[in-house]
Amino acid sequence: MEEERSFSDICGGRLALQLRYYSPFCREFCVSCPRLSLRLLTAVTCTVWLAAYGLFTLCENSMILSAAIFVTLLGLLGYLHFVKIDQETLLIIDSLGIQMTSSYASGKENTTFIEMGKIKDIVINEAIYMQKVIYYLCILLKDPLEPHKISQVVPVFQSAKPRLDCLIEVYKSCQEVLAHKKATSTDP
Amino acid sequence: MVLKAFFPTCCTLADSGLLVGRWIPEQSSAVVLAVVHFPFIPIQVKELLAQVQQASQVGLVVLGTWCHHKQEPEESLGHFLEGLGTIFSHEPWLQLCWEKGSKFWSCKATHQQSSTIPGVPIEDHVMLIFYDQRKVLLSYLHPPTVLPDCQAGDATASAEGLAAIFDTVSRSEALFCKNQFDEDPVRLSHWQSEGLEASILVELAKKASGPVCLLVACLLSLVSAASACRLWKLWPLPFIASKFSTCEQLRHRFEHLTLVFSTQKARGPAQLMRKANMLVSLLLDVALGLTLLSWLHSSNRIGQLADALIPMADHVAEELQHLLQWLMGAPAGLKMNRALDQVLGRFFLYHIHLWISYIHLMSPFIERILWHVGLSACLGLTVALSILSDILALLTFHIYCFYVYGARLYCLKIYGLSSLWRLFRGKKWNVLRQRVDSCSYDLDQLFVGTLLFTILIFLLPTTALYYLVFTLLRLLVVTVQGLIHLLVDLINSLPLYSLGLRLCRPYRLAAGVKFRVLEHEAGRPLRLMMQINPLPYSNVVHTYRLPTCGCHPKHSWGSLCRKLFFGELIYPWKQKGDKQD
Repeated sequence: MEEERSFSDICGGRLALQLRYYSPFCREFCVSCPRLSLRLLTAVTCTVWLAAYGLFTLCENSMILSAAIFVTLLGLLGYLHFVKIDQETLLIIDSLGIQMTSSYASGKENTTFIEMGKIKDIVINEAIYMQKVIYYLCILLKDPLEPHKISQVVPVFQSAKPRLDCLIEVYKSCQEVLAHKKATSTDP
Repeated sequence: MVLKAFFPTCCTLADSGLLVGRWIPEQSSAVVLAVVHFPFIPIQVKELLAQVQQASQVGLVVLGTWCHHKQEPEESLGHFLEGLGTIFSHEPWLQLCWEKGSKFWSCKATHQQSSTIPGVPIEDHVMLIFYDQRKVLLSYLHPPTVLPDCQAGDATASAEGLAAIFDTVSRSEALFCKNQFDEDPVRLSHWQSEGLEASILVELAKKASGPVCLLVACLLSLVSAASACRLWKLWPLPFIASKFSTCEQLRHRFEHLTLVFSTQKARGPAQLMRKANMLVSLLLDVALGLTLLSWLHSSNRIGQLADALIPMADHVAEELQHLLQWLMGAPAGLKMNRALDQVLGRFFLYHIHLWISYIHLMSPFIERILWHVGLSACLGLTVALSILSDILALLTFHIYCFYVYGARLYCLKIYGLSSLWRLFRGKKWNVLRQRVDSCSYDLDQLFVGTLLFTILIFLLPTTALYYLVFTLLRLLVVTVQGLIHLLVDLINSLPLYSLGLRLCRPYRLAAGVKFRVLEHEAGRPLRLMMQINPLPYSNVVHTYRLPTCGCHPKHSWGSLCRKLFFGELIYPWKQKGDKQD
């Protein structure tokens, strides 16, 4: 069962959340980030080329112009491959674990899988970031030696940064799956 | 919990039969390792399982049945398969079924014993996870979970989560050795059932490695016996050897060679990777060294180098002389104490004169020496670079001497000044108590002390300036040497075999797994594809870095500045086994 809704991120850009219910114990949430804005790309390219042209008029060396083109191309490729995240996915499978995938604009995918035995809970945390108060969804991991303590906090959807309404949807869904785990868990 | 069935992708096209594998009750997962085909005799199947269990220490059982309908579904086969549940009793009993032409599977897991109504079994939810058996077998999961040592007769291996799956598959090699060409009564299907996979080159290398290792180990033991003889322990030789980085580098490489060619087998995958990394690093080193050698010995480069060396040394000495003449005048507009200036300037100029004469004395032999030293590049590029660094140290020995003289003079001055400053204030340094105590001085002591203090403080700028200039020169030489050492360290410690493996066979170095949900239909069991998530390159370098010589700076920036200010001598590298001055 698939559903798509639109939300906004903390800066006001548009996000699309795709919810996929494969079964009562397996769900996938896919948040797609705002696309690369053409305006920003044009602005950066124009700035770099104008600066190069300015240097060229000073130095009369045409290597500067070709270097500027080269730099712009490489910079764009590097940005698409290493920086620009297209969509972030959270796959939660009861009794297996949680998998987080970030796919970059160039097609590269970065996956992390956390086993269910290490997960304590999923919560929405509040944080003060500069002048803003933002909410983020995070996974609490437990220490293997001390099951009652939290050893690590792993934030999810870090590049997409959705707002609270989107996070609540994801949170509720995840808690339904985790409730089953807590019911059958052997922890006291 | 949902029952997870790990099914190998190689068995999806196999004929119907029994599922054989390991059941992990804590995680409610069934790891299917192979499929046993009809016809079979149950006793023989049980014997085979017991045999493999003994060889691999993994608890193998019959998990259920696998049904692959090639044509129309056969009713009789279905009943027959259900009847098998009574022969091989296992809780829960798994029944997987796939019809040719349909994309979806059907799975059932039944519990007979724990049902409340006798005769009607409870059914569990099943989740199918496909995995590539060969890749999981060959991969090594990082960070390794601590497994209990299973040589003490432990029948079961316990590990957490997914590490248990990897562990099960990698331990069951005994099961995967049985293929269809064996004359076995039981027919199995797994990743190697078409025939054992092996490479001729690898097998030949394995056979050859025994005698080669033995031979090289003998040679190396001879060399180490020769170097351990008493002749090398006579006094000046160990001291000189500790000052040269070449000896350190040669010793380091010798240790690597002994480890690589030792006749002991590697104890674990980490040791094996380390040996492989060392071997590749040695080979690359020697290859680069031979390239350098061929480049040096072609077109009379050695002659050109030797011809350029003497004028270069002359040029450096001339520049130093100019520098001293400048210091002896009015450097940067500062007014120096003429007498002290002249004394120090002449002292250092005489040193330079001696040095130049020494270099000119050596000049006929330089080409010969360089030619022989260039031959050492066949031992490796790192050795050649260490020799270069040592030659640089030897050629700039006079700068080092000047630095020591300047620093000692400055140090004495600073200590004198601080002691006399205490005298001014009527205090004294108590050596016994290691603290400053008050003291009443006589009048003549105070008078002499004040005079000396004044003299020292007026001579301070001159000494300080000489100290500053020579320290900067020394730091420049040290920086160049440091860069060469950095390059040598890089070649020594980079794990090239691991990086190559990560590039070409990424499944061998696993950081974890990733799952992909396959096409799903409501009412059918969930199907996932498990793939190996390879280790990122930075983690590969971090985990498999070889230990270096240990030549790294021992001072932090703060302590370095403090030492420079007080005129204490700086020894930039911490050599292994170096005594503190």
